[in-house]
Amino acid sequence: MGWLDRERTIAPPGFNRWLVPPAALAVHLCIGQAYATSVYKTALVKHFGASLTEIGVIFSVAIVMLGLSAAIMGTWVDKNGPRKAMFTSAAFWASGFLIGSLGIFSHQLWLVYLGYGVVGGIGLGIGYISPVSTLIKWFPDRPGLATGMAIMGFGGGALIASPVSTALLKMYDPNSGTKGWVASGESVGKLFLTLAVVYLAYMMFGAFTIKVPAEGWKPAGFDPAKVKAASLVTTDNVSARNAVKTRQFWLVWIALFCNVTAGIGILEQAAPMIQDFFRQPDGTSLASAAVAAGFVGLLSIGNMSGRFAWSATSDVTGRKRIYMVYLGVGAVLYTVLALAGSTSTVLYVALAFVIISFYGGGFATAPAYLRDLFGTFQVGAIHGRLLTAWSAAGIAGPLIVNAFLDAQGKPGALNAASYQPALLTMVGLLVIGFVANLLVTPVDARFHEPRPGRVRSEEPALEG
Amino acid sequence: MSSAQSSVTPSTGRLVIAWALVGVPLAYGVYETLTRVAALFG
Repeated sequence: MGWLDRERTIAPPGFNRWLVPPAALAVHLCIGQAYATSVYKTALVKHFGASLTEIGVIFSVAIVMLGLSAAIMGTWVDKNGPRKAMFTSAAFWASGFLIGSLGIFSHQLWLVYLGYGVVGGIGLGIGYISPVSTLIKWFPDRPGLATGMAIMGFGGGALIASPVSTALLKMYDPNSGTKGWVASGESVGKLFLTLAVVYLAYMMFGAFTIKVPAEGWKPAGFDPAKVKAASLVTTDNVSARNAVKTRQFWLVWIALFCNVTAGIGILEQAAPMIQDFFRQPDGTSLASAAVAAGFVGLLSIGNMSGRFAWSATSDVTGRKRIYMVYLGVGAVLYTVLALAGSTSTVLYVALAFVIISFYGGGFATAPAYLRDLFGTFQVGAIHGRLLTAWSAAGIAGPLIVNAFLDAQGKPGALNAASYQPALLTMVGLLVIGFVANLLVTPVDARFHEPRPGRVRSEEPALEG
Repeated sequence: MSSAQSSVTPSTGRLVIAWALVGVPLAYGVYETLTRVAALFG
């Protein structure tokens, strides 16, 4: 399949680089469906006669596979180019839905784990990193803006998938959505089949629209010397193999891990948390279920818009400074939320919105931060390895929050004070992340790839 | 190709279609979410 090769995707002269962000968005909007699984979760519980935890494992497996496949396949993605990567991602993602639907129709839960979890998860990982290095190369003048646009799509994908899936379930099972009725397993199977076809088509549009810039291309008026003027930005390159040997990679890993863990702490508990924060002494809450649902929606908007707005802002402020804001200001806001969040719903909602926008911003700014530190050579592969921080945070975040809440009492009997230990632990994590980010310095020259006329005598060892 | 290139648009229509393909569903998703968010302020 030579037509997928990197060499066949080199842009002709005059190609408009603004065609690349929609191509990247087409992929990210599709794989962002992973955050809309709650729509059919109850239906699958009923269909398989399984527990919520057993069904939740489907999503957990997918996220773990996302991190693993991004880390393992990153170098392959950089070598083979975005078209082949997007095509492969589309094949895995759509196959995941097809195998998953087979599992639903045949009442085999393990097939759903294998399909959506393992196969689909591989599609998630490859798809997530597929456009990143290409966007950075097309937008050397605004890498934060470019990656922010694409990664915003991952947040936006759930906003689309959620209402569309609800409408499709209603179409396949007319009783779905009525009070007390849970959609049939068959309707979820049909939904999976539909999503497989639609996502395959959309991702193919992305794969066949994306192009890589020709060697040496740069945008009109772009002066690389100006970029270099920032102290942390390098014009050298570091391979993925060497990047993981540097202290800088692990400091950014810690910063991302702490930022994501803290964000997930709120996201996972969003709906019950707002109700518990405003629980009255008689056990009722000032926040109704509809208000809680609205709050979850608002957080989704904050997550998505933060990815774009903060990442684009980082082109002006620099990556290290914006991470200081995510982690430092985030720690302050988290403290206010823990200690005074229950005094006013407006204050509570505003704090949570900004905190979640920092969570999204951390994701979207990471590729540009890596570009600054390690150059463009294998930035996709390095980004893939960094995403293991996401997988780790996906386990640590809910674990911390649930462990503290379990110790405080039963769901429905919790109040604002019950959340303080968990939230203050998140503050501690954010402070650790802040310090890690503060310690980031330029990468030592011994890790740089040799340039013409400059050779490296030996492979650099792990940095102490 | 070593010199800087200006981003000449060969087909504005293609650009509009590409952005519409991703922009319209995204706008729909944001609109649907905002209708839910309205309950927060209602």
